[in-house]
Amino acid sequence: MRYDVDAIRADFPIFETGIVYLDSANTSQRPRQVLEAMDEYYTKFNSNIHRGAYRFSEIATEHYESTRAKAKRFLNARSTREIVYTRGTTEGINLVAYGWGRKHLTAGDLIVLTILEHHSNIVPWQILAAEKGARLEWVDIDEQGRLRQDQFAALLEQSPKLVSFGQISNAMGTINPYAEMTAAAKAAGAMVLIDGAQGAPHAGIDVQAVGCDFYAFSGHKMLGPTGAGILYGRREVLEEMDPFLAGGDMIRTVRKEGTIYAEVPTKFEAGTMPIAQVIGLGAAFDYLEGLGMSSVRAHELEMTEYALEALSEVPDLTVYGPPASERGGVVSFDVKGIHAHDLATILDRHQVAIRAGHHCAQPLMDRLDVSATARASFYVYTKREEIDVMIEGIRDAQRIFA
Amino acid sequence: MAVQGGRPSGGSAEHGRTGGTPPSEQDEQFYREYILDHYKNPRNFGRLEAPTLSHEEDNPLCGDVVGIDLKVSDGQIEDVRFHGRGCAISQASASLLTERIKGQSLDDARKISKEDVFEDLGIAISPARVKCALLSLKVLKVGAWGLGDWSGEEEE
Repeated sequence: MRYDVDAIRADFPIFETGIVYLDSANTSQRPRQVLEAMDEYYTKFNSNIHRGAYRFSEIATEHYESTRAKAKRFLNARSTREIVYTRGTTEGINLVAYGWGRKHLTAGDLIVLTILEHHSNIVPWQILAAEKGARLEWVDIDEQGRLRQDQFAALLEQSPKLVSFGQISNAMGTINPYAEMTAAAKAAGAMVLIDGAQGAPHAGIDVQAVGCDFYAFSGHKMLGPTGAGILYGRREVLEEMDPFLAGGDMIRTVRKEGTIYAEVPTKFEAGTMPIAQVIGLGAAFDYLEGLGMSSVRAHELEMTEYALEALSEVPDLTVYGPPASERGGVVSFDVKGIHAHDLATILDRHQVAIRAGHHCAQPLMDRLDVSATARASFYVYTKREEIDVMIEGIRDAQRIFA
Repeated sequence: MAVQGGRPSGGSAEHGRTGGTPPSEQDEQFYREYILDHYKNPRNFGRLEAPTLSHEEDNPLCGDVVGIDLKVSDGQIEDVRFHGRGCAISQASASLLTERIKGQSLDDARKISKEDVFEDLGIAISPARVKCALLSLKVLKVGAWGLGDWSGEEEE
């Protein structure tokens, strides 16, 4: 079946505004199907889940729980018990740092991160390391933005307790060899968390084949609404973890003398959850499944190749990161003499939305010795013509700043 | 909410298109000639050898840096230099500020408000760029006057 980008775009009401949206690595747009799924909940059976002994609550619960089955299928997890609903990637990583890290890490333990990480996969470990007296080591990159596997292997020889890294870099687009890295880290006896914030929307994953212990991602970068994400955890690991947030729903029984927690994953889902958003995320899984993740990846590769080619023809422009085949739909670049923010402001006047800044990856910016880069990112609905408009805007900026 | 500069022809088309004006014309209104001139040929750029006061601040969000050196004698700002790097707005704003305060009394410089800075820039500053525009004023306020908690830009 041919990939029909115009048909896909027709599902996204926002494109009626004329926006050239090249910031999907930041947050994606949402198709009508996702909006309708949430609307249906609010207008047809709005009620709280898991507790009402009436029909609406049963319907709401059924819709809410069906997302778990879709996530299980999307990730190829063994069981829906391995699917924890979160607010997003950040909460998922914090949940692991708190529920697993605080219980199992002790002074002197090693946590291995990489220089490509988003702040969300740095700061929780810094806090944990400071609390426990653990230490952090960072895998560096080579000149093309690839993780230095020789250095990673050397760090594994120091028997880290935890290795945590992104599947795809949000700032550079590098697709890390996550399966190989996970296998090596598991062989070295480490726990492995993969930050799937960029990986889940653009590549997907088979958690059983890869063998990671945790996989955290957000719904809002993969066509779903903000406020709902998923933490996958291997069941055995989740079961012996401490809860993260405490309160309603995450308990089995509460007595004055003490509390017995609910079973996983409910143990990690305290308070009233974002029901509509979880239902919306379910519709996003359906939408992506309809397209097929391999088609999504193929389309993004095509857009990335096209963009890299077009950008290479612009004078005084530096692109960061690896070639298209090793990169997700993300292109970070710098135009000589024009600060990324000025470029973004001028592109905004061409109705082009890109990200300008440090991309929540300041250690990487320091490593590259830049204060900010411009970043264009692509998704299922991106068209070549939109990349053309961006290029035109960049040339316009160069003319203004000449 | 946009902050409208005081100069009459300042870019009023802050977001999106109005009428049939092609985008590049609006860009030129936004990055007006003298803003770009101040960016490319900053006035009073460099360091003073023995400054009376010297302070530097950065905007970690976008990596803009501005530092200002002042030579003050009998309550008058005799000389000023600024250094830094960053976007056109932050650097032009710093350059314009040094022109404004050079030769001024400290008392007068003390009275400079963020509105004055916007007026000097003469263009509409979108909310995302307010911090860039006011970085040099922050350096002046925090450094030279010790107003450590000055939060003028947050009031926007």
